[in-house]
Amino acid sequence: MSAPGSTNLGSSVGYSQSPTPNGGAAPPRQNGPAQTYPSVYPPTGYYGAPPQQQSYPTTHAHSNAGPNKAPITNSAHSANYYQNNHHHHPHQHHQHQPHLPQHHVTPSPYSAPPSSAPPSQPYATLPSSAPPPPSNAQYNPQQPVQQQQHPPYATPGSYYGQQHSYHAPAAQRPQQQKHPSLVPVPAGGPGAPLHPIVSYPSALGSSQYGTLSSLQSAPAHGVMPTQVGAPLHQYNAPQPAGPTTTPVQAGGYGVGPSGQMAPTVNGQGSTGQTTVHQHYDQSHQALQSYNSYHGGVTHPHRAGGADADRPPSRTPSTSVHSSPGHHQGMQYGYVANSGASSASATTSGPAAANPSSSSSEDGDDDDEEEEEDEDEEAGGDTSSSTTGSASPVPNSYDSLEGGNYPDSLPPSDDMTNQAQPYGSYGYPASMQPAYPQGPTSHTDSSPAHDPYGPPPSYQQFSQPFPNMSQLSAALGGLSGVPELEVEALRPVNLLQERNLLPPRPLEAPEPNLSPDLKKVNCSPQTFRCTLTSIPQTQALLNKARLPLGLLLHPFRDLQQLPVITSNTIVRCRSCRTYINPFVTFLDQRRWKCNLCYRVNDVPDEFMYNPVTRSYGEPHKRPEVQNATVEFIASSDYMLRPPQPSVYLFVLDVSHNAVEAGYLKYFCESLLDNLDKLPGDTRTRVGFLTFDSTIHFYNLQEGLSQPQMLVVSDIDDVFIPSHDSLMVNLKESAELVKDLLTSLPAMFSQTRETHSALGPALQAAFKLMSPTGGRVTVFQTQLPTLGAGMLKSREDPNQRSSTKGVQHLGPATDFYKKLALDCSGQQIGVDLFLLSSQYADLASLACMSKYSAGSIFYYPSFHHTHNPTQLEKFQKDLERYLTRKIGFEAVMRIRCTKGLSIHTFHGNFFVRSTDLLSLANVNPDSAFAVQMSIEDSLADSSLACFQAALLYTSNKGKRRIRVHTLCLPVVNQLSDVYAGADVQAITCLLANMAIDRSITSGLSDARDALVNAVVDLVSSYKSNVSNLQQSGLVVPASMRLFPLYILALLKQKALRTGTSTRLDERVFAMCEFKTQPLQQLMQMVHPDLYRLDNMSDQGALHLNDTVVPQPHLLHLAADRLSRDGAFLMDCGNVFYLWIGKCCNDMFIRDVLGCPDYASVPPNMSHIPELETLLSERVRAFLDWLQDNRAFSSTIHVVKDDASAQATFFQHLVEDRSESASSYSEFLQNVQLQK
Amino acid sequence: MAFTFAAFCYMLALLLTAALIFFAIWHIIAFDELKTDYKNPIDQCNTLNPVSDPTPHLTHTSSPLLVLPEYLIHFFFCVMFFCAAEWLTLCLNTPLLAYHVWRYMSRPVMSSPGLYDPTTIMNADILAYCQKEGWCKLAFYLLSFFYYLYGYVFILMSCTRIYTGYVHHLVHVQFVMMGEIFSKMKMAWLH
Repeated sequence: MSAPGSTNLGSSVGYSQSPTPNGGAAPPRQNGPAQTYPSVYPPTGYYGAPPQQQSYPTTHAHSNAGPNKAPITNSAHSANYYQNNHHHHPHQHHQHQPHLPQHHVTPSPYSAPPSSAPPSQPYATLPSSAPPPPSNAQYNPQQPVQQQQHPPYATPGSYYGQQHSYHAPAAQRPQQQKHPSLVPVPAGGPGAPLHPIVSYPSALGSSQYGTLSSLQSAPAHGVMPTQVGAPLHQYNAPQPAGPTTTPVQAGGYGVGPSGQMAPTVNGQGSTGQTTVHQHYDQSHQALQSYNSYHGGVTHPHRAGGADADRPPSRTPSTSVHSSPGHHQGMQYGYVANSGASSASATTSGPAAANPSSSSSEDGDDDDEEEEEDEDEEAGGDTSSSTTGSASPVPNSYDSLEGGNYPDSLPPSDDMTNQAQPYGSYGYPASMQPAYPQGPTSHTDSSPAHDPYGPPPSYQQFSQPFPNMSQLSAALGGLSGVPELEVEALRPVNLLQERNLLPPRPLEAPEPNLSPDLKKVNCSPQTFRCTLTSIPQTQALLNKARLPLGLLLHPFRDLQQLPVITSNTIVRCRSCRTYINPFVTFLDQRRWKCNLCYRVNDVPDEFMYNPVTRSYGEPHKRPEVQNATVEFIASSDYMLRPPQPSVYLFVLDVSHNAVEAGYLKYFCESLLDNLDKLPGDTRTRVGFLTFDSTIHFYNLQEGLSQPQMLVVSDIDDVFIPSHDSLMVNLKESAELVKDLLTSLPAMFSQTRETHSALGPALQAAFKLMSPTGGRVTVFQTQLPTLGAGMLKSREDPNQRSSTKGVQHLGPATDFYKKLALDCSGQQIGVDLFLLSSQYADLASLACMSKYSAGSIFYYPSFHHTHNPTQLEKFQKDLERYLTRKIGFEAVMRIRCTKGLSIHTFHGNFFVRSTDLLSLANVNPDSAFAVQMSIEDSLADSSLACFQAALLYTSNKGKRRIRVHTLCLPVVNQLSDVYAGADVQAITCLLANMAIDRSITSGLSDARDALVNAVVDLVSSYKSNVSNLQQSGLVVPASMRLFPLYILALLKQKALRTGTSTRLDERVFAMCEFKTQPLQQLMQMVHPDLYRLDNMSDQGALHLNDTVVPQPHLLHLAADRLSRDGAFLMDCGNVFYLWIGKCCNDMFIRDVLGCPDYASVPPNMSHIPELETLLSERVRAFLDWLQDNRAFSSTIHVVKDDASAQATFFQHLVEDRSESASSYSEFLQNVQLQK
Repeated sequence: MAFTFAAFCYMLALLLTAALIFFAIWHIIAFDELKTDYKNPIDQCNTLNPVSDPTPHLTHTSSPLLVLPEYLIHFFFCVMFFCAAEWLTLCLNTPLLAYHVWRYMSRPVMSSPGLYDPTTIMNADILAYCQKEGWCKLAFYLLSFFYYLYGYVFILMSCTRIYTGYVHHLVHVQFVMMGEIFSKMKMAWLH
């Protein structure tokens, strides 16, 4: 009896020792309560009926109390969760403890404890070691000790006591005290510690806590997933009172069952723990998820109050047991944390697969190790549960439950515990609703729930989730948004209206969808369509004279990303579409694909929702709630074992390179960032330098210093040594550092002027082909030796020719073939070209274009003569070395039946009509896709696009990132115009123009762009506008189109008549193809602001800083005034233009110079002055740069300086020496129309 | 003087055209496979283009050499007709001859012979163009096959009747061949 109770308590306690506090907090918020229940049940079952019952009651109580308190606690809880998570993984080592105190409630106790106090460590250690179910027994003894100590805490004594009994005597011991220490965090500190202990014994309780779950859960989890379906049901049935809880468990699916299972397997104590763990984990995960969703709103567990009250109940110890399993669990868990989840997944390893699924946010694995740890822990818990001999359990479970339940009534404690877990889950509000309504709906819990119910979120959730998705889908394209449309369709006479720019930078238009769909639709930064209303037929599209296409930024750094681990990734059977928020659920068991309309079965595993831990709500799964998700893929998605991160640097060390002096800065930057190179312990690096010969470097571990091996036979390159040139970064770190330190000096006296780039690349290919990876090439001149040698093709006299430009295409296919070979071996080639002379970028760029690499170009690079290029090089390099990377990737784009892909733009190799092969994928490159409509879309009101990127993360995990975009289909031309996205259209046209200029000439491409404007105007006039007004009339949504096209025509890539070096032009073309939309638009049409008269009106308040929001100005010289200061934001560079008569106050306050005359001519930074104006300007600049991958440089431009030319060339509305002004352009268009 | 040089040209053209028909069918199937995702464009281009530079890692040793042989065969019997002074037949073939020359002149930058570039072949426009090209050529070759058959028989008949029996025999052979061609086409499509 006591044992059961204790377990329950433990779990509940964990959270709040005081069930109430914890439970209250958690439950209200999230479904959590329900979930908790389930978890509880299992435990009870294991333990003994009586205890469980008791626990239930308690829970209820908690739940009631919980609601009110919950909110407050939540925040704390969330914190705890995280910490806990961290702890878990770490457990063993971590010191998360600090957080712990509060956390301790949950898992943290386990891991955390260690950190906080020695005692805790014991726990942690135990868990880790214990991981395996069997170990649990062992653990128990140890843990018990700790737990027993807890008992003291426990006022909850009863809980404790019970638990103790469970654990058996052994469990309780000194450790308990330690736990407390761990726990300490919470106010209840003492009590808390105890709890942890408790959990141990009673596994069940502990699981709730989280800590337990982490450890034990692992075993249980594994089991749970599989068993879930059946066990759950059984549960529900058997338990009358418990029913509520049980159902919950069912919901919990994996969790509940597993927990149950575990008990059987492990033995009572162990089982209990396992279950608990699961719960815990879930809760943790939930919390995390919550956080991710709500930004850390979470609450739950933490509740200090809970700690104090419930300390006893906490079973941190349990967690310890399952530690191994944890990893797996992580996967399950809905890990809110971005980085963490991924990391955790990794750690967990394949095991994760077992669990049905867990989502976690996974922004950037790299970003935060801590988070990762946490995630891992959480995952571990679940997974661990798997380990626990789950399978047998189910049956026993049922039987047990039946018996137990009755007894368990006392449960109030349990309830609380459970409740707490729920709370801890912290799901997004939306997710929760399902819970109540959930079919299983654990009516049983209803009592308890009711209390919870009060919490608003709960109620909301409870409402009809069932067919939400269906409804939304049905409503999809129906609702019109008249107001928006009317505004977007307002005819604008361009000849009359001159102030077209909005006050703030233009945002992507919102598709005309129902609010439900809008809410879940993919972010426009990731996925954008040129027409947010898809025309029904190709004929209508032709009539609109606008291009249809997508702009994708699939691997962009995300703040939040649900990561899902699942045995089966649910996909359409015929078109292989991943399940997404826009599918329709016909009933509980079937879903209809939104791309091909096939009806598919919902797999059993998918019926369990790891977020709400409820069963039978497939539409609440994270996959169906998020348009952007990431799956951890199983071995089905691998052609070979995931490759390690492999980086090879190919460095030009010819005389020219030494003169430019880049080598020193490269070596410095790499030395600084060596530890930040994305990768794990398998990471390998290699170096290769070349001039007229090729130099390899033997960095084999054990050598006293790097060995240089020179190969001078460049006609038939061979690799001098096969195993020692690419070395493990960790093992050979000293040698690598040695080499980087000595490299710059080694070639300082070189007289060799030739460059054998081609042979060096062949060598690099041979070196890398066994593994794949990334080759980074630094080149400073035209390759002059061996294969792939090039000749200068540029005629300087033709630079400003208006007739068209020659040599935009490659001179040889050597680099292209090399790139294709590389792509086939999963090698990506990135090119850094630092050249002051013509280097035939058009040919060299092919090596990156077809191997999905990136291209960087620094014209006139010199380390002393050109400090701005040097600064840019250093900044770019830092970002380049540390940014995320995905290996051996492919991206497939699927779209609704009737649509098809016409052309891709970007750096990649097209494997088939909808499949891109990307040897490497990086977060800074984007893709564009032209679409065509093959069949009428009349039979559907929605069109969907899905981009799935399958890649190997730098931790060696196979992952799939899926983005889904949903757009309405329309049959009216006016609707098509109303939904036109002028920025996306401009970018797509730019990509098309680049292609056109390479295949049929620059002037042809320019004509095509002008024609695009003419066509739009005439088409709009003849088809839509019923006004008989003369002039140039376009819909308001497209009012900036002519301006953007004019700006495009004045870009380096497409301009004629102005002197433009061929390499710079080609580089600009490459950028057009790969830059994400936002950056591209900044380059094409920079933002201009006036800074000297900024006011705080309408300013943003971020944290403590005030960010002023000056209005956008047109890019025309007449908008400038001599008495002002203007900032132009060109994406990768800022220009601060200071007028001649600019008031001295601005110059003094912002630039730190007494007057205009004393402003230095090449100023390239804004000093940090203490003045208000300076703070505002800097805050504004920081804000503008906030989301940019590559930091921008700033140039201060004086009114009289010659540097003005670069500034004025961006004023696209003005007439330039060779191009017309905006008004001339409009007149030209009007004439042609 | 019954079996003239012109008759020989027609007979040769007849046989070679049968081969060209196979090429055209192969071409069509190859692009269909590309479009339906069965084949990697690199592999496919390596089979379509003559692979003359065996790069060490590209181990595609199978080199059916489709494009150039087709052009050369066509060029070859055009020359034969020129020699035989079959002006009408030559006129009918010159457009295709000119097209082949133009097509090869405007091929992408390549160091090896061949027409198709794996990096651009998947472009919907190019793919559709190549498919259309394949169908048009198939139609052209089929028509010319019957034309050559007719021309061959006509020449033999107009020269003498002595060989009638032989002619009948040849005609019979031709029809058997046609039957084979069609059955193979059918199989290819079913496949």
